[in-house]
Amino acid sequence: MSDIVIYTIITVSAIGVVAAIILYLAAQKFKVYEDPRIDKVEEALPLANCGGCGYPGCRNFAEECVKADNLDLLFCPVGGNELMKTVAAILEKDAVEKAPQVAVIRCSGSFEHRPKINNYDGASNCTINAQLYSGDTGCEYGCLGLGECVDACTFDAMYMDEQTGLPVVIEDKCTSCGDCVRACPKDIIELRNKGKKDRRIFVSCINADKGGVAKKNCAVACIGCTKCEKECKYDAIVIENFLAYIDFNKCVLCRKCAPVCPTNAILEINFPPKKERVPKVEDKGVLAEKQADENTNLIELAKKNNDPEAKG
Amino acid sequence: MLKTFAKGGVHPPENKLSAGQIIEQLSIPKTVTIPISQHIGAPATIIVNKNDQVKTGQVIAKSSGFVSANIHSSVSGKVTKIDAIPDSSGYRKQSIVIQVEGDEWDEKIDKSTQVKRDFNLSSEEIIQKIGEAGIVGLGGATFPSQVKLSVPKGMKAELLIINGVECEPYLTSDHRLMLEKGEEMLVGTKILMKALQVEKAIVGIENNKKDAIEHLTKLAKNFDGIAIQGLKVKYPQGGEKQLIKALTKREVPSGGLPISVGTVVHNVGTAYAVYEAVQKNKPLFERVVTVTGKSVSKPSNFIVRIGTSVNELIEAAGGLPDDTGKIISGGPMMGKALSNADVPVTKGTSGILIIPEGESRRGKIMDCIRCSKCVGVCPMGLEPFLLMSVTERSMYDRTEKERVMDCIECGSCSYTCPSFRPLLDYIRLGKAEVGKIIRSRKA
Amino acid sequence: MSKLLTVAPSPHNYGKETIKTLMYGVIIALIPTLAVSIYFFGIGALIVTATAIVSAMLFEYLITKFLLKKEPTLSDGSAIITGMLLAFNVPSNLPVWIIIIGALVAIGIGKMTFGGLGNNPFNPALVGRVFLLVSFPVPMTSWPTPITARMQYLDAVTGATPLGILKEGVKNGEKVSALMDQIPSHMQLFIGNMGGSLGEVAGAALVLGLIYMLYKKVITWHIPGSILGTIVIFTGILWLINPDKYADPLFHLLTGGVLLGAIFMATDYVSSPMSVRGQLLFGVGIGVLTVVIRIAGAYPEGVSFAILIMNAFVPLINMYIKPKRFGEVIKNG
Repeated sequence: MSDIVIYTIITVSAIGVVAAIILYLAAQKFKVYEDPRIDKVEEALPLANCGGCGYPGCRNFAEECVKADNLDLLFCPVGGNELMKTVAAILEKDAVEKAPQVAVIRCSGSFEHRPKINNYDGASNCTINAQLYSGDTGCEYGCLGLGECVDACTFDAMYMDEQTGLPVVIEDKCTSCGDCVRACPKDIIELRNKGKKDRRIFVSCINADKGGVAKKNCAVACIGCTKCEKECKYDAIVIENFLAYIDFNKCVLCRKCAPVCPTNAILEINFPPKKERVPKVEDKGVLAEKQADENTNLIELAKKNNDPEAKG
Repeated sequence: MLKTFAKGGVHPPENKLSAGQIIEQLSIPKTVTIPISQHIGAPATIIVNKNDQVKTGQVIAKSSGFVSANIHSSVSGKVTKIDAIPDSSGYRKQSIVIQVEGDEWDEKIDKSTQVKRDFNLSSEEIIQKIGEAGIVGLGGATFPSQVKLSVPKGMKAELLIINGVECEPYLTSDHRLMLEKGEEMLVGTKILMKALQVEKAIVGIENNKKDAIEHLTKLAKNFDGIAIQGLKVKYPQGGEKQLIKALTKREVPSGGLPISVGTVVHNVGTAYAVYEAVQKNKPLFERVVTVTGKSVSKPSNFIVRIGTSVNELIEAAGGLPDDTGKIISGGPMMGKALSNADVPVTKGTSGILIIPEGESRRGKIMDCIRCSKCVGVCPMGLEPFLLMSVTERSMYDRTEKERVMDCIECGSCSYTCPSFRPLLDYIRLGKAEVGKIIRSRKA
Repeated sequence: MSKLLTVAPSPHNYGKETIKTLMYGVIIALIPTLAVSIYFFGIGALIVTATAIVSAMLFEYLITKFLLKKEPTLSDGSAIITGMLLAFNVPSNLPVWIIIIGALVAIGIGKMTFGGLGNNPFNPALVGRVFLLVSFPVPMTSWPTPITARMQYLDAVTGATPLGILKEGVKNGEKVSALMDQIPSHMQLFIGNMGGSLGEVAGAALVLGLIYMLYKKVITWHIPGSILGTIVIFTGILWLINPDKYADPLFHLLTGGVLLGAIFMATDYVSSPMSVRGQLLFGVGIGVLTVVIRIAGAYPEGVSFAILIMNAFVPLINMYIKPKRFGEVIKNG
């Protein structure tokens, strides 16, 4: 009986020793040298593999950081400036500061503002919808509301608001990786600088139709009336294709443009409430009334501004 | 003996409600809206200005490249607007709006109805005339015909196939055309044969149009080299590749054109348009459109001027039924659902189909049960379920490897799926994405 | 217009087939078999089938509702099929509690752990059956003799199956021709007058089900055809070589679970290959494995194992065996 035990121990140990030797030799033979700094950099990274840096995964980004001469073109939007400082410290290179950004949805065409004119019954995917036709509202630029951006978000920083049918970005969670920007077939989402105290002003519309058409399809469309452009003293607002765009690098957040917008297409985010002029969001009834009065005039105005023939 | 293609296919209910209706001339509308992009390829260049007077058949937009086509005015009157107007996809496209004043035709057009059989033109002259007349594939693909007729160097056409299959349910425009304009259509076929310098042509017709087969077989006795071939009823037999396979047993290689197996396929409507263009100098400014649907009170076939609003067609067929759920431009398998009936008829509009509310919605999407029915019906031998699932996961390299670009978008897979999965929706997405990848690779 | 138009990508036309119609098609095809087995095994067959169906449906409902927290999918009929097939794969004197365990394994482990209908790699009913076979070998292999015990359930008189007689006899060196005398004639076998699981005896009824399913296009001929063909060819060759040791092909077709397996179990949508060529290969594999297990294995019957083994190969088959693509021939040739 004891023989069996002894033999067993001997055989098993022998197999173990042989296997260990083979493993050791194999490890020696197939050893690949990797810069240990890659591991260090990777450890510092968020490891979300979101692709926001332009590389397929965090490991690739780490390799690229180690390889590159300087970090000018490399930036992890998720970790931001602090992370890049850490990475720079590991690699003894200089980090470039970038203004922190956040994704903004440039469409305010909620159910209320932009009525449906048909029912979409295809696969629930924005790109498929956009390929097929202009969408279930009259606006061919606006949000389709099927939530491809929400699905694309790696950080759970977006959700669909069922009241409005539009996606919402949760600012605290948004890492500005840009996945949603790439996912949106209508190019509605833009990465904009977070701004001082997270305050931002932007035109929440990308409708490039003439004012009359835009206004007919959506109550909060930018009609290209040029009022904001005239108001802006810093040349931050450009109008192209009947659509205003605010350059966030030039904008000083003076808040002059938003109140003059006849369709409330310019949004101010995270500002303390103004006491006058800006109608409260709750007063939708008043707002609508006021708008109804103004609408006719506005469309006329927009047409005048937009129609080259009318001008000349 | 009836022929058919070997692989896949489905047989949806035929519902050819308007098969017995004689083609009627639809009255000329008050205004027409003519988009400048009614074909595959580059949009035409507008050569008229606002307030210009135009005649019926006058060129109003010129072909702007090799793959492009002339656009002619379909009415006489005044150009009132040149603007971006929503087309059938809802997107705004450049269009010319003409206010109708009388109906004065271009002098060159021969308005007589007598069949003119003889022609004495060279191949080049024919192709040039077809190009000038703005003829595109009238089966629905709207590919400029003169491009199809210009055989690339090093290749040779042996056989012309005329597609009279009309495998889409409901549609009857080709059927009626073959019955009523059979002789003209065969003359058109002769002209196309001359253009391609081929000796043989086959007209393929599905067996649910027995009267057309009989009628044309009788007529074809007077035309050398044209044979009429009956085909088993099976969708998508009207697809170029399937029709070639059915008639000649040849398979167009993946990614190849029909010419690589020595064939060129044209629709019967195209053959008729070619006849009119070459023999009567009449450019393509009107076409036969079927207006049909189970709830439509008067399913009809109309000759319609291009640019007429779909609304007017529906009115002429007895008005829009109350329970309308969907309006489709084309047939139920490959047609395009309209978001609005106020869009113009274009060169590619073969029919307007009205589907009642009850049949307009898709079933509830369930999980794939891997029944492999989509694989069985795919005429291209693809695996739709797989293409959908890899596209859904954005694995586009795999999508490409599984030959997504071979898909002819016939819809047999979505039609047959017992789980109502949007297979073709995703395959189209996959095709678009893979197409982008291929183009970026070439660039 | 007051109502909004619907816009969707083509096609706008949909076939009449749904998961429900397909599943109920299978159930209808199974009914003749059930009738025959009730005729031969009486009340036992009824109790076993009813228990299996009810418990399979119950487990499916409970699991979808309380574990997966999804909408219960009972109405699609797939649980009924699993229950029926499980019942058809066990003897008619099996105690109720064993059947319930079998149903739990079939639905719980065989189907729901993978995500429900459409995701299970193995045929759920067979998972349940094989689990029972290895866990309760004695009750699972005591087969009531047909007709004699119609009104008895647990205490039915039992006897051996034809395959069991054959296996035992050949092992003892007896000649096949001599053994055949102890076995009912081929005609009797076809009608179903033999010992066995309650669904596998009814050859004629199973073929009727096959014809119905082919007619209704619920399944295609490829899987059953290739399985049966392979078995006939394989056993035929062996029989021609040595008729004393090996039984004739017809005997192999009619006995055991070959028909049930080929017609109802291997054709399970979820666990069979997608392409026609893959299905043919799948069928050939099942045929070969069945014969090998019958002739060289420890069990007298091997259809269940053969199908489960080939189920495991399905992902591989799907990966490498593609349908014949259009336009491929000319490109390569």
